[in-house]
Amino acid sequence: MSEMKKIKNLKEFSTSADRFEGANLLCPGCAHSIIVREVLNATNDDLVLSASTGCLEVCTAVYPYTSWDASWIHIGFENGSTAVAGAEAMYNALRNKGRLKQPDRNPKFISFAGDGASYDIGFQWISGCMERGHNMMHVVLDNEVYANTGGQRSSSTPIGSSSTTAPAGRVSYGEKKNKKDMVSIMASHGIPYSAQVAPNKWKDMVKKIQHGFSVDGPVFINAVSPCTTEWKFDPKDTMMLSDLSTDSLVFPLYEIIDGHELNITYRPKNVVPVEEYLAAQGRFKHLFKDQYKYLIKEWQERVDAKWAYLNRREEARV
Amino acid sequence: MANKGWNEFEIGAMLRTFDGKIDDIAGTRQEDRAYSENSSFVASVADWRIEKPIFSKDFCIDCQFCWIYCPDMSIIARDKKMIGVDMDHCKGCGICVEVCPTNPKSLLMFPEQADEETELAQWPAKDEEKK
Ligand SMILES: Cc1ncc(C[n+]2csc(CCOP(=O)(O)OP(=O)(O)O)c2C)c(N)n1
Ligand code: SF4
Ligand code: SF4
Ligand code: SF4
Ligand SMILES: [Mg+2]
Repeated sequence: MSEMKKIKNLKEFSTSADRFEGANLLCPGCAHSIIVREVLNATNDDLVLSASTGCLEVCTAVYPYTSWDASWIHIGFENGSTAVAGAEAMYNALRNKGRLKQPDRNPKFISFAGDGASYDIGFQWISGCMERGHNMMHVVLDNEVYANTGGQRSSSTPIGSSSTTAPAGRVSYGEKKNKKDMVSIMASHGIPYSAQVAPNKWKDMVKKIQHGFSVDGPVFINAVSPCTTEWKFDPKDTMMLSDLSTDSLVFPLYEIIDGHELNITYRPKNVVPVEEYLAAQGRFKHLFKDQYKYLIKEWQERVDAKWAYLNRREEARV
Repeated sequence: MANKGWNEFEIGAMLRTFDGKIDDIAGTRQEDRAYSENSSFVASVADWRIEKPIFSKDFCIDCQFCWIYCPDMSIIARDKKMIGVDMDHCKGCGICVEVCPTNPKSLLMFPEQADEETELAQWPAKDEEKK
């Protein structure tokens, strides 16, 4: 095992040499890139990476360019996770046969995918990776929509959000189904580590990613990724949206160890009303019409109930 | 490889980010890397910008908020100091300005054609109203 990179504070972190490059084609202010940087810079070890089809993949591998300074593979929408699992299985086989040329290098196997590729289309592939116990990390860039194809709803899209396939209009307030709870579903596979992270809380992110690298077995990470284009906010406000998402508890930060032990890792000093989070985004604009205001109240009740549930789970230590 | 069109591209070909051998990428700074013509690092998105950030180091406390939250690897930090903006890769999103905590801010957005020296010479003073 190589030693864990020491990152005491942001100044020390800033000495990292990025292995993800600029002049990619992600939108100005895209949070996908901020998340990728924080994940990759959490280690100095070699990287074996994949990206499933989606904004991250499409924008960082436009021939003749790659934005990745590491082994990187893309196959399809659904199978970025299994591509990395295959590489990990091959690596283990070569190690067991004593055929690794540099056995001490300890590479990290990471698969990146959007919510569409994880919650819907790559769901059974990821489940397979988790169940088979591969030593890998799957990171969801959760912007709650199929962003790369123009904003269709996914099973991560939250209630009341307007998307191109569930638009708000005269007869509908948009999405009617609540978001799927992927962190719990993945934890239910009994994997050693499952967690939710956000790019504004970089220290919490690095701690969780490093913990993920230290355990033996599959790791699932859900990262909130505010999308300037589909959530409809100004690109300069990406970090403000990320702050609002964690401080309104719409995206609570927590971890689940060995499939059951839940720890809340961030408790905002001043909890922001959910209404402020919704008001900052064009996709929820219609909820502020009189006829839909009851939905904002319901949003707050849902978020409060989930927070109470997480707290009870944490207390119960089960 | 970069100059080949799709028709000459061999199935299973690999694009290499670097020319030659590189053993310790995470320990090698951008300026010391032999990027190949296939790395997007050698390309530029400067023409995407309508506004650009200008950095005034007088008030900078090297907190590195701009470094961690820049989505485009365009804040250049060396030896724990913020030393400038990489204008080939900056897309002008303005996040660095939003997250800069100093008073006055050490980064501000200006129209792309603004003159850096002129703007630095008339940088806003500390806002006494703000705490
Ligand atoms: C099997 C398959 N179905 C559909 C598509 C079209 N497609 C490409 S990217 C994309 C959306 C990706 O959404 P998500 O995974 O959430 O990533 P994001 O772009 O939002 O980051 C879709 C539907 C495809 N490439 N392959
Ligand atoms: S559409 Fe959203 S996720 Fe896709 S590149 Fe733009 S900001 Fe990023
Ligand atoms: S955020 Fe502002 S003060 Fe902090 S390092 Fe950047 S320019 Fe300097
Ligand atoms: S404007 Fe955006 S891309 Fe440019 S340096 Fe600032 S944060 Fe980075
Ligand atoms: Mg998505």
